[in-house]
Amino acid sequence: MLYAPTYLHIPDGFLTLVVSVIFWAVTIIMVWLAVSKTNKSLGEKQIPLMGVMAAFIFAAQMLNFPIAGGTSGHFLGGALAAIVLGPWAGILVMTAVVGVQALLFQDGGLLVMGANIFNMGILTAVVGFGLYRLVVHQKRGLRLAVAGGGAWMATMAAALVTALQLWLSGTTRLEIVLPAMLGVHALIGIGEGLITVAALAYIEQTRPDLLNAEKTAREGGRGWVVGGVLITLAAVFLSPLASGSPDGLERVAENLGFLGTGQDAPYQILPDYTIPFLGETALSTILAGVVGAALVMGLLVLVGRNLQRRSEV
Amino acid sequence: MHVDIFDQFQFSESKVHSLDPRIKVLVAVAFILSNALLPDGSWLAFGVAWFFLLLANDLSNLGLGFTLKRSVIALPFAVVAVSAIFSPRGEPLGVWDLGFMTLIPTDAGLIRFASILLRSWLSVQIAILLVATTQFPDLIHALEHLRLPRTLTTIIAFLFRYLFVLTNEVFRILRAREARSARLPGVSGGGSLGWRLKTTGSMAGQLFTRSYERSDRIYQAMISRGYAGHIRTLNPHRIQSRDWLVLIVSAAVLMLIQLVGWIL
Repeated sequence: MLYAPTYLHIPDGFLTLVVSVIFWAVTIIMVWLAVSKTNKSLGEKQIPLMGVMAAFIFAAQMLNFPIAGGTSGHFLGGALAAIVLGPWAGILVMTAVVGVQALLFQDGGLLVMGANIFNMGILTAVVGFGLYRLVVHQKRGLRLAVAGGGAWMATMAAALVTALQLWLSGTTRLEIVLPAMLGVHALIGIGEGLITVAALAYIEQTRPDLLNAEKTAREGGRGWVVGGVLITLAAVFLSPLASGSPDGLERVAENLGFLGTGQDAPYQILPDYTIPFLGETALSTILAGVVGAALVMGLLVLVGRNLQRRSEV
Repeated sequence: MHVDIFDQFQFSESKVHSLDPRIKVLVAVAFILSNALLPDGSWLAFGVAWFFLLLANDLSNLGLGFTLKRSVIALPFAVVAVSAIFSPRGEPLGVWDLGFMTLIPTDAGLIRFASILLRSWLSVQIAILLVATTQFPDLIHALEHLRLPRTLTTIIAFLFRYLFVLTNEVFRILRAREARSARLPGVSGGGSLGWRLKTTGSMAGQLFTRSYERSDRIYQAMISRGYAGHIRTLNPHRIQSRDWLVLIVSAAVLMLIQLVGWIL
């Protein structure tokens, strides 16, 4: 198999003109900024580097690994590119990748390419790099853990915004497609995160100069941290709000009678994604999202500490 | 893998192949734009658009059904639009009780779904035709003429050139994994999921460092051959009167499609 398409590449015809134009405008501004920043700060040497790195992202997407039952992990690479090359160069690399995917493989449309670049190139760079930049001066284990979490979060943010764009265009019903998109990409994102971590660990071992903290910090300022954290928070707040009505899985369970008779699983900390004593309000859903995100971050820090200890031994 | 797998149609000769790439890009984008502008359910206009597409297919000497055969690539995404059938606007057409959920398809929802599918199907075909009749370096050059930043077009040119080199590198790495993964019949090999992930991650890292170091060598080689920040071409890309004619006729047809779509 040469190339596996994912549900993040929107084809032409699925977005209305207004939505396409809005995201083209945002994308053009960001890409223009990226071009002028890289032209100013980097020499012409950087251009072959970015081109070969774009080819790398493309080729690395073929490194599928078997998980179970025919599904396989898949690699988008936006977060990895932004962390290693810097956010602006990462955006340019992903723009080239998405553009060639649309032109050569017809994976993603031309008129909607602005939206596709925004989802897979800009969002992933802001979230992936922003979260990594937050901990760039910390210990290795923590950095790797946050990079993995950032890559997962970037995939989720891309899936969320894709679902929103389709909904805004009147192509889909949000309450059906959003849970489906987020569910599928929660799994895909795990593969993304783990490969990002393993690749970064390998690069750090063989070419530590590429992941030098000072160099990374120079390539993108504090603004990226703010952007990354804001988008992460927005995604955490928005997802439960948007799928506030009973989501597909729950409806299936409800109608099959699982919810009535089934026992609560012992590991279900936040039943129904709400805090019990707050009742089923939007506030409660949001709080549940925040608590969930805090739990994930806490887990990441713990895993990072653990990795750190092991690498010191 | 060789670059030929994309170029097998680009070197044939036809009226479409010999058009200026800029004109082809403009007409393709205008065609997709026109599809996006058509209102839902304007079947006649979609029909005219399809006729335009067939005509372009015919003029490209690739066969009438050339793009039709390859357009199935866009099908999987249609699943996403299925939920549009159950749009609450419009008259219900019936009730489908699936046992675990009740779906109510409506007439407006069905029309919307069919229109989205038609738009997408027509648009992907013109993109297929554009790529099949234009050599990729010409396409990049056209984009440069259409004011895409040179930094970006150069990156895309490098991406295209090294895509095939690095893909072969991937095949080498995958072959190396296969060669070291002997397993007995009936016994599942390969270690735990974590181990497999770590191996894949190391493969990605390995590929990265090899690509990075290769780009260093490429740069040195290019410097010594007079590289000054952009790629030059000997193809003059001059728009001739025939190209203008095609552009004007296409624009007129697209206007006609819009008229048919909005008035009839």
